[in-house]
Amino acid sequence: MTDSSAVLVLLTVISAATPLLFAALGELITEKSGVLNLGVEGMMLAGAVAAFAVAVTTGSSTLGVFAGALAGAILAFAFGVLTLTLAANQVATGLALTIFGIGLSALVGAGFVGIAVTPLPKLAIPGVSDLPVIGSLVFGHDALVYLSIVATVAVAWFLKKTRGGMILRAVGESDLSAHSIGYDVIGVRYRAVVFGGAMSGLGGAFLSLAYTPMWAEEMTAGRGWIALALVVFASWRPWRVLFGAYLFGGVTILQLYLQGAGGLDIPSQVMSMLPYLATILVLTVIAAGPWKGRLDAPACLGRPFRPST
Amino acid sequence: MQLKIEPRREISRNLLYLTPFLAVLLTVVTGFVLFMLMGYDPFAAIYHFFVSPLLSLYGLSELMVKAAPLIIIGVGLAIGFRANVWNIGAEGQLTIGAIASGAVALAFWGDTGLWVLPLMCIAGVLGGMLYASIPAFLKTRFGVNEILTSLMLTYVATLFLSTLVYGPLKDPAGFNFPQSRMFTDAALLGVVFDGTRMHTGTIFALLIAVAVWVLMTFTIIGFQVRVVGQAPAAARFAGFSRNTIIWFGLLVSGGLAGLAGTFEVAGPIGQLIPVITPGYGFTAIIVAFLGRLHPLGIILSGFLMALSYIGGENAQVEVGLPQAVTGVFQGLLLFFLLASDFLVRYRVRVVRLVTETAS
Repeated sequence: MTDSSAVLVLLTVISAATPLLFAALGELITEKSGVLNLGVEGMMLAGAVAAFAVAVTTGSSTLGVFAGALAGAILAFAFGVLTLTLAANQVATGLALTIFGIGLSALVGAGFVGIAVTPLPKLAIPGVSDLPVIGSLVFGHDALVYLSIVATVAVAWFLKKTRGGMILRAVGESDLSAHSIGYDVIGVRYRAVVFGGAMSGLGGAFLSLAYTPMWAEEMTAGRGWIALALVVFASWRPWRVLFGAYLFGGVTILQLYLQGAGGLDIPSQVMSMLPYLATILVLTVIAAGPWKGRLDAPACLGRPFRPST
Repeated sequence: MQLKIEPRREISRNLLYLTPFLAVLLTVVTGFVLFMLMGYDPFAAIYHFFVSPLLSLYGLSELMVKAAPLIIIGVGLAIGFRANVWNIGAEGQLTIGAIASGAVALAFWGDTGLWVLPLMCIAGVLGGMLYASIPAFLKTRFGVNEILTSLMLTYVATLFLSTLVYGPLKDPAGFNFPQSRMFTDAALLGVVFDGTRMHTGTIFALLIAVAVWVLMTFTIIGFQVRVVGQAPAAARFAGFSRNTIIWFGLLVSGGLAGLAGTFEVAGPIGQLIPVITPGYGFTAIIVAFLGRLHPLGIILSGFLMALSYIGGENAQVEVGLPQAVTGVFQGLLLFFLLASDFLVRYRVRVVRLVTETAS
C-alpha cells in the first residue's frame, strides 16, 4: 500500500457517507411527494439484516443487496397502507415502523450475530486502480458507492427535468390541485414511499455488507435519524444531500480518528457524541441562518390526503 | 353491491375506546401465526407470553415494577402529543434524570436523612426538564424540529451516562466494573411487598396519572393544550400561545421522564449502571397512543406493555423464544392501533348499486 494516510481517511469518509446518502435520497423523494416517513431507521435495519442473512445463506452479496432493498420497500409499503390508504397519522406510523423494524431485525438477526460475510467486492480496474491517490479514491470502490452517486444524479435529474418529477413535486406542494387536475395523488405517493424504503434498505445493506461488514442489533446507531436531518439540512435538494452526507461521514470518521489518536484526554464516549451533536447544531444553523424561510419544505409535508370521491 | 367509505361527521367515541382492544386481539392473533411459522408451539408460546406471568406473585410484582416508568412517562408524553408536540426523546430525559438523582444519592452516600429521597426526586425532575428544555428552546426560538433534536439528545444522554460510570462515578471498590456504588438505604424507595422488587414508585405512578388527568381536565392550560391539538385555528384566534404549549408539553414530559429515571435507579436498580432502561422512553410512546392519550387509558396500556416485557422474558425461559419478540409485538400493536383508527374516523357502508336492484 503506497497511499498516504490522508487518502485512507478520505476512503473511510466515503464509506461512512454512503449509507447516509442512500437513505437521505430516498427520504427526499418520499418527502417531495408530501409524505413524512420517520421510519428510516427501522427500514435501514430491516435492509441491513435482510441483506446480511441472504448474503450469508446464499453466498451471494449481490442477492443480499437486492434483498436489502426489497426488505426496506416492503416495510415502506406497510407504512403506505397505513398512512395513504388508511390516512393514519404519519408521525406516529413512522415511529411504529422504527420500533417494529428494530424488533424484527433483532429477531431475524439473532442467528446471524458473530458470523462473518464476504464483503462486497471492490470493482478494481487493472492499471487505473493502481494509480497513486486518484486510483484508490476514484476507482476501486464497491458497486454500491458508485450506485449512490449515480442515484444522486438520477434523483436530481428526475425531479428537475422529467414529467414524473414535476408531477411528484406538484403532489407534494398541493395535493388538492394535483388531484383536481386528475393526477393520482395516492398512487404517486405510494411509489415515492416505496422508493424511499428501497433506498433506506440499500443504505442498510451497505452497512452490513460493506461498512462493518457484519450484523449487530441496532447497528444503524441513529443513522436513519441523521438521514432525516440531512434532508432538512439540504433544503430538499439532492446535491446538497450529497454534500451533507459526506460532511457527516467526515464527522463520523473524525471522531473515530480522534479516539484512535489517544493523545487527547477526552473519554471516547464524549467523542462518540459528535455526530449527534453536529446534527443538532446543523439543524439549528439551518433554521436560524439568514436563509430561513427559504427552506423549501414541500407544502403538504405530513398532511394526510383522502380523495373525497 | 360495493363498499362505500365516508368520513364520519364526528369521530366515534365507542370505537375510539374499543379499537385498542381490537388492536391487542389482532396482535395476539398475528403473534400466534408468527410463533407457528417460527416452529414453536403457538399455544404454549402465547400462554407463557400473556398468561403465566400473571399467575405468580413474582410475575405480578414485576408487572408493577415495569408499569411504573411506562405510566409516568406515558402520561407526560400524551400531553405533548395532544398538542402535536412530539417529544420522542423521553429515553434521554429518563437517563439524565437518573444521572441527576444518582449523583445526589452518591453525594450523600451513607447519609440517613429522610430528605435524601425527596432531594433525589427533585434533582431527577429538574434534570429531565432541563434536558427537554433544549429541544423546547430550539423549537420555539429557531423552529428546529423537536423530533430530531430530542432523539439525537437520547444518544448523547446514553453516552454521557456511560462516560460517568466508566469514569468519575465508578465505584472505587468495584473491581473496575463500570458501575457506581450501591446506593444506601436513605436513597432507595421502599419495597411494598417483602420478597419482591415492587417499590412505592408504582403507587406514585398511579397518583401521577390521576394528577395529570385533573390537570388536563380542570385547568386552563390543559384546556389550551386540547384546543391547540384539536382546533389550531381556533386556538390562534383565541390567542393561545403556541410557544407556551410547546414549552409546557416538553417540560412536563421531560420532568416526568426524569422522575421515572429516578424511580428506576432508586428502585429496582439501586445504583448507576451503563444501561438503566430497556427502552421505556420509546415504549411509552406506544403506551400513550394505546391509552388514547388519556391518563386513565394510559394506566391500562402501561400495564399491558409492561406485560409485553415480562412475557418476553418469561417466554424466553419457558419455550426459548428470542427476547426480540417483545419489540416486534410492541411495533405490531402500534401498527394495528393506527390502522384501526380508520374505523374511528370513517364509516364503511355497504351500498347497493342501482343496476343491481333493478335486475
